[in-house]
Amino acid sequence: MSITTFIIISIIKSVAVVGILLTAVAYSVWLERKVSAHIQNRWGPTRVGPFGLLQPLADGVKFIFKEDLTQPHVYKPLYIAAPILAVVFAITSISVIPFGNWVDLGPWGTYLQITDLNIGLLVVLGITSMGVYGIALAGWSSNNKYSLLGGLRASAQMISYEVSLGLSLVGVLIMAGSLSLREIVDSQGGVFWHFIPRWNIFHGQTLAFFIYLISAYAETNRTPFDLPEAESELVAGYHTEYSAMKFAMFFMAEYANMVTVSCVATLLFLGGWHGPIFGPPILQAVMPVFWFCLKVFFFMFLYVWVRWTLPRFRYDQLMAFGWKVLLPLAMANIVYTALVVALRAQHR
Amino acid sequence: MFHLILFLFFGAICVAGAVNLLVQSHPINSALSLVVVMASLAAEYLLLGAEFVAAVQVIVYAGAIMVLFLITIMLLNAGKEERTKSSRVATLLGVPAVMIGAVLVAWTLLHRSNMQTPVHIGALPGNVQDIARLLFHDFLLPFEVTSVLILIAIMGAVVLASRPEAVDRGARKDG
Repeated sequence: MSITTFIIISIIKSVAVVGILLTAVAYSVWLERKVSAHIQNRWGPTRVGPFGLLQPLADGVKFIFKEDLTQPHVYKPLYIAAPILAVVFAITSISVIPFGNWVDLGPWGTYLQITDLNIGLLVVLGITSMGVYGIALAGWSSNNKYSLLGGLRASAQMISYEVSLGLSLVGVLIMAGSLSLREIVDSQGGVFWHFIPRWNIFHGQTLAFFIYLISAYAETNRTPFDLPEAESELVAGYHTEYSAMKFAMFFMAEYANMVTVSCVATLLFLGGWHGPIFGPPILQAVMPVFWFCLKVFFFMFLYVWVRWTLPRFRYDQLMAFGWKVLLPLAMANIVYTALVVALRAQHR
Repeated sequence: MFHLILFLFFGAICVAGAVNLLVQSHPINSALSLVVVMASLAAEYLLLGAEFVAAVQVIVYAGAIMVLFLITIMLLNAGKEERTKSSRVATLLGVPAVMIGAVLVAWTLLHRSNMQTPVHIGALPGNVQDIARLLFHDFLLPFEVTSVLILIAIMGAVVLASRPEAVDRGARKDG
């Protein structure tokens, strides 16, 4: 493949993936409003389009035309930079996520992934760990007590849960023997006893899966860990002073992070795009992507479901749970997985 | 060629960030400049083929340690630094001394012949397997000793940070 074709294909892939991600983000907001409404025995958005399906579009237009207030007491350079940082880091991490297998397009072919790095998982973790700056700086630069408390809570919470999140993935890495997301998915092909898929969640990593899921909820500041923006005590937390598109950028960053976290959970624990494949050739080509999207959708639905089911933690409970329960469990899982893998290698 | 351009570009950003760190009078801006330095160093490691070190640089330094710096600055609510006129001795002796030092370092580096060959990606051990073999096989003892040292440091910090009355109260609650 020549360098020109490579660049053209990369640009097409990047535009397509970012476009799909932003659409997914918009429709996750719609999903959240719709599901929360039905949980509370309401209808949710119904007026704009069938089933309120055009509501995200109307919201976007509204955000653009709202007055963009900048209070006189804020520290302007960082106040403007914070939402940009948040949304940039949230969108960048999608670049290493693989969505499906090799696609053959006559003379060219490509993986359904912007780029395949052999440290893919570390890139995702690194970019997510940088995402905390957006929230922390928004809290500080707003020059407001509630914002500052929200920003501080967010940074402390994200650093604490990043530890157990990272350690819960080590078991999967030991089993796959690689940091490339594509190789991790490839290692989960096949079935046990003819019907149980060989996904990591059924393959000794069940505990790690739940540790990852809980830590991921804390990482993305979602209920029951949404203390950084707890409305009953902090007004709106770190984005109290933000309005119009700047506020919408924090919103987009939160939902884009949720999509990324769901993608990583799918790839590492639910076998990525593996699933039953049947039917005519054209259907067989599309099925893997369908399975991947279905699994990601499941996690997005779970996010909403949990948010409207569980109450919020108290702050000391949150910290105690992260450091005294999740961290030891994650370490125990690493020791157990390493022992099992080492013993199996000896028996062979 | 493209690598060289990128390498010089990130090197320039790194130096600019370091200079900005010293020039800025507000601690938050200085801390953020340090983040820029860390991130551009990670890009330099990546260009040298040390992908694992680059990722760890971002996760540990830019993503965790600098966030803790930022939290500390926010909690203390540190204000702007006050500018003083620096002493004449520092200006007269300091600036030439820094220049001489920089020239010495550059001269030493340029006169080591093996420093001048360009490094290609993959030429040096940099991937995860190589680093794991080095850490957990060749240098296992120093690695483990370092981890014990860090553990001692953490315990020391806990002891220093916990006030005696707080320990008493905790003991009474337990007993």
